[in-house]
Order: sequence, then C-alpha cells, then structure tokens
Amino acid sequence: MITQVSSSLYHQLVTFFEERLTLKGYQEPQVSLRQEAFVRFKELGFPSVKTEDWKYTNLQSLINQHYLLNDAIPGKDVDINKAVIKGLEAYRLVLVNGRYRKDLSDVITEPGVFVSPIEEVTTNELFSAHFAKYADKTENPLVALNTALHEGGLYIHVGKKVVLKKSIHIVHVVSSSEAIFNQTRNLFIFDVNAEVEIIESFITNDKGISLNNTVSEVVLNENARLQHYYLQTADEGARYLNHTEVKQAKHSLYNNYNCSFPGSSFVRNNINVRLDDTSVESHLYGVTLTAKDQLIDNHTVVDHRMPFCESYEWYKNIAQDTSTAVFNGKIFVQPDAQKTNAFQQNNNMLIGDKATIFTKPQLEIFADDVKCSHGCTMGQFDDDALFYLKARGIGEASARILLVHAFAFDVTERFNNEYVRAYVDRLIEQGLVVEQ
Amino acid sequence: MLSIKDLRASVDDKEILKGLNLEVKAGEVHAIMGPNGSGKSTLASVLAGKEAYEVTGGEVTLDNKDLLELSPEDRAREGLFLAFQYPVEIPGVSNINFLKTAVNEIRAYKGLGPMEAKEFLKLVKEKQKLVEFDAKLANRSLNEGFSGGEKKRNEIFQLAMLEPKLAILDETDSGLDIDALRIVANGVNHLRSKDNAFIVITHYQRLLDYIVPDFVHVLYKGKIVKSGTKDLALELEEKGYDWLKESVDAEENAAI
Repeated sequence: MITQVSSSLYHQLVTFFEERLTLKGYQEPQVSLRQEAFVRFKELGFPSVKTEDWKYTNLQSLINQHYLLNDAIPGKDVDINKAVIKGLEAYRLVLVNGRYRKDLSDVITEPGVFVSPIEEVTTNELFSAHFAKYADKTENPLVALNTALHEGGLYIHVGKKVVLKKSIHIVHVVSSSEAIFNQTRNLFIFDVNAEVEIIESFITNDKGISLNNTVSEVVLNENARLQHYYLQTADEGARYLNHTEVKQAKHSLYNNYNCSFPGSSFVRNNINVRLDDTSVESHLYGVTLTAKDQLIDNHTVVDHRMPFCESYEWYKNIAQDTSTAVFNGKIFVQPDAQKTNAFQQNNNMLIGDKATIFTKPQLEIFADDVKCSHGCTMGQFDDDALFYLKARGIGEASARILLVHAFAFDVTERFNNEYVRAYVDRLIEQGLVVEQ
Repeated sequence: MLSIKDLRASVDDKEILKGLNLEVKAGEVHAIMGPNGSGKSTLASVLAGKEAYEVTGGEVTLDNKDLLELSPEDRAREGLFLAFQYPVEIPGVSNINFLKTAVNEIRAYKGLGPMEAKEFLKLVKEKQKLVEFDAKLANRSLNEGFSGGEKKRNEIFQLAMLEPKLAILDETDSGLDIDALRIVANGVNHLRSKDNAFIVITHYQRLLDYIVPDFVHVLYKGKIVKSGTKDLALELEEKGYDWLKESVDAEENAAI
C-alpha cells in the first residue's frame, strides 16, 4: 500500500526520474542499478511513523514540500571556517551540496590513496564490485532513493598496508538560498592492513532550507582499521537523513564516533555495522546534545554474523529546551556468531522540562555461547553535585558545563584524536543552554 | 568577621534553627557541639546557602556583607568555605580541573585574571604537601572511588587551595581513623592564621585535642545554650549532654 498522497516530494521525484536518467546519459550498470532502486523506492515510499523504525521521527514536514532537484549551484564561494578543528593535521576534502570541490580540497600525496568524485569512477572495477552491494540490502527506502538519484559524493580507496600519516577531513557543506534536495553517495574501501582516520564535518552556508539524503558504504578488508568521526554542526535549515553501512572482514576494526550538536533541526543517522567475518571488532560511540526544537535520531545496528567478534557501543544523549533525542540500538547475534562479546550502554540526561528522549536498546540473540549486556539510564542534573561545585565558588554556568562534560566524558575519553576531542568538548560548552 | 543574629531557618516547614546568635572574629576557632538533631549541620548548610533550607528570620554578615542575600557561589567567592560532611562524588570531573575552575572563578569575582598554569601547579604542589594529600588523588575524578578518609582530606586540600576567610568544618572527623584525623587536623592547624577563622562542628571532643578551639558552643534545639572555652568540651565528654538538656528543658517549661 502506498500512502504518499500528501508528499509533494514523492510526486516530484516520480515525475522527474525518467527525465533525469535520460538527461544524465548514465551507462550500464548504473542505468539498471538506478532503475531497480527506483522501483524499490516507489514500492516502499517514504517511511512513515507507522513503521517501528520511524515511530518518533516524522518525515512528513520534510517531504511535504517542493525542493530544487537540479544540480548544485556551482562555483559559489563557501566558508568552511566552522569545520576547522584547531591543531588537526589533515587532508581536507570539501563537498558543496555533495559535489566534490577540487579547488577547495587538498591533494593527498601519500602513495596508495585514491580519492575521486563518485561520478567519475562508475566504470571502475573495484567500485562496481562494492557499490550498492551493502546499504541496498537493508529495508531503508531512503537508501533505494539515494541509489536511484544520487548526485555527487566521494570514492576513497586506500591500498594494501597503507597507513595514512594524516587524517582525512571531509567537510560537507550545504549552501543554498533556496530549498534544495541533495543526495550524496560515498563509498570508502580499505584494503588489507590499511589504517586511516576519517573525520566528516557537516556545516551550512547560507539560509536556504535543505534536505540531505546521504548514503555511505564502508568496506574494511582483512585487518584494516578505520577511525571514523561524524561531527554534525549544521544550522537549523539543513535537515539530514544519513545512512552508513559498514562491512567488515576478519580482524578489521571500525570505530565510529558520532557527535551531534545544537543546530540542524532534523537529523536521522542510521549506522549499521555488519560483522561479517570472524574476529572483527567494532566500536560505536555517540554524543548528542540537542536544543530548541531539534530532533536527533540515532539508529544503530550491530549485526554479529560470525564467531569471535567483539562490539562495544556507548551513546550519550543530552536533551535541552523542547528538543527530542532518539536512540535505537539493535544488536543481533546470529546463530553462527558463537563466542561473541557485545556490549551496549546508553545514558540520557534530560535538561529541559519539555525535552524528550526516546531510547530503545534491542538485543536479539540467537547463539548460546555469547557474552552480551546492555544498560540504559535516564537522569537530570544532580542538585547535590551542582551545590557542591557552587559551594566552591563555581557559578551556575561553569558548574553545568563541568557536569555535562563529566556526563559525556565516558564517551569523549574514547576519542583517539585529541584535537577532535577538544573541539567536541568546546562544542558541548557552546551548545549548553544556561539559564541565569 | 562572621556575625549571626537571631537566625531562624526551617526545612519542609519545620523550624530547625530557632534564634541562633554567634560572633566569630578573625584568628578564632569556634567549636560547635551538640546532640543529634540539634541543628549543627543545618547551620552549616544555611550558611553555605543550600536551597532546601529556608531562612525565616535573623541576619548573617561576613565582614559586614549580608551573606543571606548572596548565591552559594558568591558566598564562596566572598571567602566562605564549607567542608562537607558527605563530599559529593563527581565522576568525569578531574579534581585539578575542578580546582582550577574554582580558583579562577573566585579570582574573576575579585577582578583578577586567571592564574597562570605554572603558578597554579606550583600552588597545587605546595598545598598538597601542606595537607599531606596524595598527588595521585589530585589527578583523579573528583572524589570518585575515594575512601571516606580520602574524601575528607580532599576537603581540606580544597580549603588550602581556596584560602577562605571563614571555613566551616561539618563533622570532618566523622568516619576518620586516628591517623587520618591527625592528618586532617594538622592540615587545619597549618592553615590557621590571624586573618582567617574556623567553625568546627563535631560530635566528639577528640578532634578538639588536635584542633584546639578558642571557644566551644553547645547547640541544642536550634539555639546556642552554652558557650565556654575548650574545657567545656572536656566537661561534655565526661558528663554527656543530658545535664544541659535538662536545664534547657526546665527553663522552657518554666517559661510556659
């Protein structure tokens, strides 16, 4: 059943699809991939709150309007100051409305690293072997939509045994004076023993409204290691639907640090990690600080499919004002995944009287020789702790900053990049609403 | 320095302090003793500005400043320090970062810039030594996983760092073994000067062997019912509180 009568974006996309496909002159296998994906999207439609996974996250207001579906405005000046992380040594790659901006990006000179706008590698063999092979296996209609109509994004391939000396800092800029719909697609492939740190910042220029439907597929081959940071610092008008699908081979390590701050009015992150081989390790950390009318929703899936793997997840939410934070952490331990260690912890702090937090730890265990645990807490400012700090001459504002830092500390101390950690600590400070 | 006049305070509509008077001058150490439930800890909390306590009458001034008008943080910045009976554990806040924030906020209140990192660390070292506080503890999260004795020693370390005019020690001796008690008392004795003052709230005379008070007051039913020198503490140790209670109760009955 399709219940999309009220969605103007849906109609816009349906009308627009064939024309766009012809216009772009895509080649096979892109044409079939896109067509098949669009059929899937048409069948499923945009997710509604009737679906369990979207129960608290209503897309109606986002899809019930018209967007410019044309290409991004080229050549515009952008200001990436907000994404600058003090002290960080990194190769900076800049995407504006999903489009790779060579003029604003660094060239990675270290051998074994290949970076390209995604539209330029569609005939690449390795690309074709992995593109749309993972995220599209999920039920998420937004992935299908992205596969069908994505424009721009990054392809990064890091070769065998390449250990990057500097981090890669990807700055996603949304810049428009009108309402735009961006669909960025990324594919990152790491060969055997590669070791990389990728930091992705999301920022806004200009006051236009945007809807950004981004899909990233991450492939870690044997013993590859990736530190992956998401730093969401965009402004109110930019809304995000992000889907990250991670596929891991034997002995690989994937660490995700997912941080969201006051600004963007609507963020939905899906982060799915498939532990598809033995002895895989994955860590998912999250810090979410919300304010005003924001909605930040983090849905994670840790899918243990093979034995001897370890996953560790820790998310912290701090909700202020009238904002909403959502956490849903699914852990599957499939029948073959014996000797799994899977841990999950979610702690929440409600600061605003009218703030809301929805949290749902969800463990489904089908193997019998595993160690799994999860915990979830909901709390507020501790008045005794506040008084103790004040009694030492520390004012309300500083006392709250100390306590929120303390709350986030379990997660921020896991950051292996001290500059990112300091940057995040500062954003927490700046994002705190203090009533005097 | 501190002047308390006819102080009345209640918690949950129950009057605990019922017209308390106390004058503390610079350089003095006052001990406040009294049976359980007499209002000793309430006095400490009211002076520090804990919100749960409602002041219903009287006045308190610290160097002629109306203390009751000030927020808890401003009281601390004016030079009042409460050593907590039960120091709070705050995981994730490092002891050092906490102290640096406190020192600098107090300095800002006085119109001074933040202390240089080097100078601050020098001060930390010096005061750690003075109050025999383990450097390892200073770098840990605030009171997290500290033993009872370590928490109390941390209070004295903070006292040393913040150099208040008036320090109130709320049953700092409770839960301390004899060695910890000696260390805490030594710390306090090192910090005593002609310019500061201490109010030591305690149940036991034992602490007063180490921190010798100039005056001893007995608090009962929310009032100071007897004041004397350190000999009064010895007398209480020997005779208990009953003789005092009886005479106060008898007076009350007579008044009715």
